[in-house]
Amino acid sequence: MTAIRATNLTKRYGRTVAVADLSFDVEPGRVTGFLGPNGAGKSTTMRMILGLDRPTGGSVLVDGVPYRDLRHPLRKVGALLDAKAVHGGRSARDHLLAIAQSNAIPAGRVMEVLETVGLREVARKRIGGFSLGMSQRLGIAAALLGDPEILIFDEPVNGLDPDGILWIRTFMRRLAAEGRAVFVSSHLMSEMAQTADHLVVIGKGRLIADTGVAEFIGRSSQAYVRVRSPRLAEVAELVKVGELHPDHLRVTAMTPLEIGTLTARAGLPLEELTLVRPSLEAAYMELTKDSLEYSS
Amino acid sequence: MIDVIRSEWTKLRSVRSTMWTLGTAVLFMLAIGILMSIAVKRSATGPVPSVEATGISLSGYSFAALAVAALGALVVTSEYRTGAIRVSYMAVPRRLRLLAGKLVVFTAVALAACMAASFATFFVGQAILGGASLGDPGVLRTVTGTGLFLTACGLFGLALGALVRHTPGAIVSAIGLILVLPQVTRMLPGEWGRTVNDWFTSNAGVQVAFPTASSSLGPWSGFAVYLGWITVTLAVACVLTLRRDA
Repeated sequence: MTAIRATNLTKRYGRTVAVADLSFDVEPGRVTGFLGPNGAGKSTTMRMILGLDRPTGGSVLVDGVPYRDLRHPLRKVGALLDAKAVHGGRSARDHLLAIAQSNAIPAGRVMEVLETVGLREVARKRIGGFSLGMSQRLGIAAALLGDPEILIFDEPVNGLDPDGILWIRTFMRRLAAEGRAVFVSSHLMSEMAQTADHLVVIGKGRLIADTGVAEFIGRSSQAYVRVRSPRLAEVAELVKVGELHPDHLRVTAMTPLEIGTLTARAGLPLEELTLVRPSLEAAYMELTKDSLEYSS
Repeated sequence: MIDVIRSEWTKLRSVRSTMWTLGTAVLFMLAIGILMSIAVKRSATGPVPSVEATGISLSGYSFAALAVAALGALVVTSEYRTGAIRVSYMAVPRRLRLLAGKLVVFTAVALAACMAASFATFFVGQAILGGASLGDPGVLRTVTGTGLFLTACGLFGLALGALVRHTPGAIVSAIGLILVLPQVTRMLPGEWGRTVNDWFTSNAGVQVAFPTASSSLGPWSGFAVYLGWITVTLAVACVLTLRRDA
């Protein structure tokens, strides 16, 4: 069953449109990256999924029902929106205990999830003194309390050190491998390239792409061969299919070997012959360049 | 519902502000009650009558009321200040159920603390003054009524907290509605002004905590009017809670 299904989801604040006519599915067993520039409407969408913000139009269902109709929602969906949104005066244990009790989750789960995220030692410490990395782990512990099939993380690696980033990345892969649906937002393409199986890309609140990671690169820009030569004009004439730029030739229809063979036969010197594979980052920039809210 | 109540009890007992504000309320009651009792005892020429002695020992009620109201407001607003309210709503998406849970737990805790403070202060005060006993006419009602009035002030604070969602805003409006404006309405002229004054928030509510009547409303009808104010505030807060984005 589809874990999350958004249908024509729309959110307006006065005249500002935060999310416009957005439809996508999140499936179990994989990490779905939710990608878009800052201000694209990712957090708003996540808040609507979780019943925190009311959509202006359209709907979003979690496992077939609106979030607000779930009786013990944390047993179905675990979410981390803002790791610092906790009462600093409480201990990690009491914080999680209060959340567990509200969904009739056994108190024993609290120490289990603290163990899972590596915070067992600081269970009785006040949350106020936690570093961002520790808060992030605590937020993930809270999301895991109900052993949910669906997990939602909003920019989980923001502000983390490399160790923390690697930990979260590995952790999300593991959750998906266990058959859970993992929906994770980021404004960094490189981050998603390492973690996600599937991408939902939005810009200015609109859907730009809903596709597999590999297809995403392929569709938005192709690999090409960059050729430089002191006698570039002659090379261009010889290759025929190239696209001539002031200082190089761009060829998409031939391999480097084919081009090299051709120029060698003609005795033309080459300065560079490189196969350029566009990064996911480049594909992303290409797709979202029209939808950056504050483009320079 | 029992799950939500359990959860809210864990929240309330695990932050320091609960002990601080309730402790402050008890301390105000005791300290002011004792000081007033000693002062009256010294200046009194004969035995202090039962009704007066009761009132004197409980004279710290208005300061205590503010401390309890502050805790009531914080029960809701502290979650908005930190953003933790989103975590709470994710766990309990039926928002009024969450609010009801807070209300039940806070009422139970505040009632226990306020009743204890009221009775303790009464007994300490009478140990100094030697005037009243609980068996005297109207005394038991006054001491119990003080505990009830303080609890109601806490509920008013909670309702304002749910309405305003902002700690300073909620506490300032609680001070305004419980302490300041009830003084201002005394200056209203004529018969009409007197009625408004008698029916205004804590002016009505405090009658139950006074040994003698000072209003056109009786002790219990006055308290009922005060509960009416709180109910209306809470009802508006509920409507807005359902409408607003968290």
